[in-house]
Amino acid sequence: MATMTMIQALNSALDTMMARDSRVLTFGEDVGYFGGVFKVTEHLQEKYGAKRCFDAPINECGIAGTAIGMAVYGLRPVIEIQFADYMYPAYDQLVSEAARIRYRSANDFTVPMTVRMPYGGGIYGGQTHSQSPEALFTHVAGLKTVIPATPYDAKGLLISAIEDDDPVIFLEPKRVYNGPFDGRRDRPVIPWSKHPASEVPEGYYKIPLGKANIVREGSEMTILSYGTMVHVALAATEDSGIDAEVIDLRTLLPVDIEAIKTSVQKTGRCVILHEATRTSGYGAELAALVQEHCFYHLEAPIERVTGFDTPYPHALEWEYFPTPPRIIKAMRRAMEA
Amino acid sequence: MSRKNALDLHIPAPNARPGDKPNFSGWTFPEPGDTPRPDIDASPSELRDYAYGLIRVLDMEGNALGAWAPHLDPETLRRGLKYMILTRAFDDRMYRAQRQGKTSFYMQSFGEEAISVAQSMVLSPEDMCFPSYRQQGLLIARDYPIVEMMNQIYSNKRDPMRGRQLPVMYSSKKDGFFTISGNLATQVPQAVGWAMASAYSGDVRIAATWLGDGSTAEGDFHAAMTFAAVYRAPVIINVVNNQYAISSFQGIAGGENTTFAARGVGYGMAPLRVDGNDFLAVYAVTQWAAERARANLGPTLIEHFTYRGGPHSTSDDPSRYRPADEGRSWPLGDPLERLKQHLISIGEWSDDQHRAAQEAAVEQVREAGREAEKDGVLGAEGAHSAQSMFEDVYKEMPWHLQEQRKQLEV
Repeated sequence: MATMTMIQALNSALDTMMARDSRVLTFGEDVGYFGGVFKVTEHLQEKYGAKRCFDAPINECGIAGTAIGMAVYGLRPVIEIQFADYMYPAYDQLVSEAARIRYRSANDFTVPMTVRMPYGGGIYGGQTHSQSPEALFTHVAGLKTVIPATPYDAKGLLISAIEDDDPVIFLEPKRVYNGPFDGRRDRPVIPWSKHPASEVPEGYYKIPLGKANIVREGSEMTILSYGTMVHVALAATEDSGIDAEVIDLRTLLPVDIEAIKTSVQKTGRCVILHEATRTSGYGAELAALVQEHCFYHLEAPIERVTGFDTPYPHALEWEYFPTPPRIIKAMRRAMEA
Repeated sequence: MSRKNALDLHIPAPNARPGDKPNFSGWTFPEPGDTPRPDIDASPSELRDYAYGLIRVLDMEGNALGAWAPHLDPETLRRGLKYMILTRAFDDRMYRAQRQGKTSFYMQSFGEEAISVAQSMVLSPEDMCFPSYRQQGLLIARDYPIVEMMNQIYSNKRDPMRGRQLPVMYSSKKDGFFTISGNLATQVPQAVGWAMASAYSGDVRIAATWLGDGSTAEGDFHAAMTFAAVYRAPVIINVVNNQYAISSFQGIAGGENTTFAARGVGYGMAPLRVDGNDFLAVYAVTQWAAERARANLGPTLIEHFTYRGGPHSTSDDPSRYRPADEGRSWPLGDPLERLKQHLISIGEWSDDQHRAAQEAAVEQVREAGREAEKDGVLGAEGAHSAQSMFEDVYKEMPWHLQEQRKQLEV
């Protein structure tokens, strides 16, 4: 065991898999010698050589398209899209190609690739370095979408993603790369070393895709969340005094419906939390699932706390970001209904 | 206000429209045999001129001329001709099958057969092809059963694609034929990635990919060109310039200002421009590019200058946008006739043999058609279980698809 930040845990996952499997290689903008703008691929080129960890031209379509070809050949490429906001030029390759090659070829060709992308705001990144595009991937048949919230999960989930035989979109909440930021920005930043989930095995282990994690057991309501917002949910729960069960979904597609059902049927209340824009966001899907599976157990309308339906505003990002006070308001509405 | 310096927007237009005489003025071609053959290790900068010329081997009398003549034995030439004849007979039958309501859609390769057939014969069966939708000759020249192609076109119960893909979107990994997308140019960066993976793995196989003149305008093509050049991927990128993207002439894709082969110049990639209706020239340039790729000398961009003899697909009528006799007047002739003429001129073929080969191809296609139709045509009930729709979306079916599949149960 070692104490790791999420960046170190992701680096350790890549290191572990590159050591185990020569089919694993990684590339993207600035990921080679420099080790990536967030340092997730640091030292990998030094350790495994330039052919296994290299810089790519600034062309996300090319990064995704060539990775598809490599995966079709039989490699297991892990690509980095420098910011999730930059993935749009790759979108056709991911949606029309990676997602459908198994299906359209009737299982003749497959695409075991992993697409890593830092996502989310709270870093003064403005509208082009802060987006949360997860719903643009969960809407696509043939893709899996994964979002870790802790270093321990990040490593175990990334290893599962790399070993998965289908394309996996792996969104990394960059606001918690270096610490479990909980949305209380007036308080000092807590480093990962103070958090139990920063204890990460140095070797190989996996966390299965499609399995949620109950990070706090509770009886009065269920909060469904993922990524950075898991930590914000915990802070809101603490500040509210409401005994909420906080679920970190970890995989958005396929989602762990059993965990959702069991919890909401127990608590009878559900608050859904994400940073992405609200309309047609992943929370809408969660609300629909809860309604379909738990309607007769619900004591209150399902609440959604999300980013607003605006671009991510640079100077107003703390008004945009769903901080604990906004979440607590929704929790109280659910309790009072 | 003075309008003296008013700007004017240029919208490219072809030389001739329906009702006009075909007009190929302004096009000049080097004489057959005139273009030298460079060494395979020539640097891209030494090869610039090839982007603007036209490599030709066969003259219009059927003589093979110059340094690019591949000197193939007569048996190989006859095999090539027979594959072209079979491809044309297959297209003819399938085009009519669509008209008869046996399928929804079809795309012929009429006039472009030399390209896919010659290239398929040059490439090793282990090399991976990333085709567009008009390279059926690749499969035919790899001896893929035409009845399987028909099964796919009919989406019948033996369709290898299980009724999921539009007609002509074949896939066969064992034959080195990548699943056709239907989205344009997406296969080009994938071919480059496959070639990079082959080089990464110390393999000996190379990749080849095809796209049309129109699709070179897609970003994917330029992404692929950048990556192929940067990483010197062992790949052949083929632009089949058949002059038309559905109804738009190649000027709309940028062909008015330069050649498509010249795209290679800007990327520092070896560019070759070849008469796509000349089986021997296509064969020779493909050999050159494959040899270069296998020697780790990097990618080649080949522009095949040809003419789309038929409509884009069964969904358009070319007499609405181009002169009806433009194809028949094409200055570089018909690829099939030209190879036939060459074989006759070297005393290795005759009109009688040709007629017999055509009849044999028609009969082979008819026989395959009968066999395919036994397994049904599009819309035949029970060809595919509705349940099969949910398979292969993922390797293992997740719960939400299992649940949706149950909703189909009565």
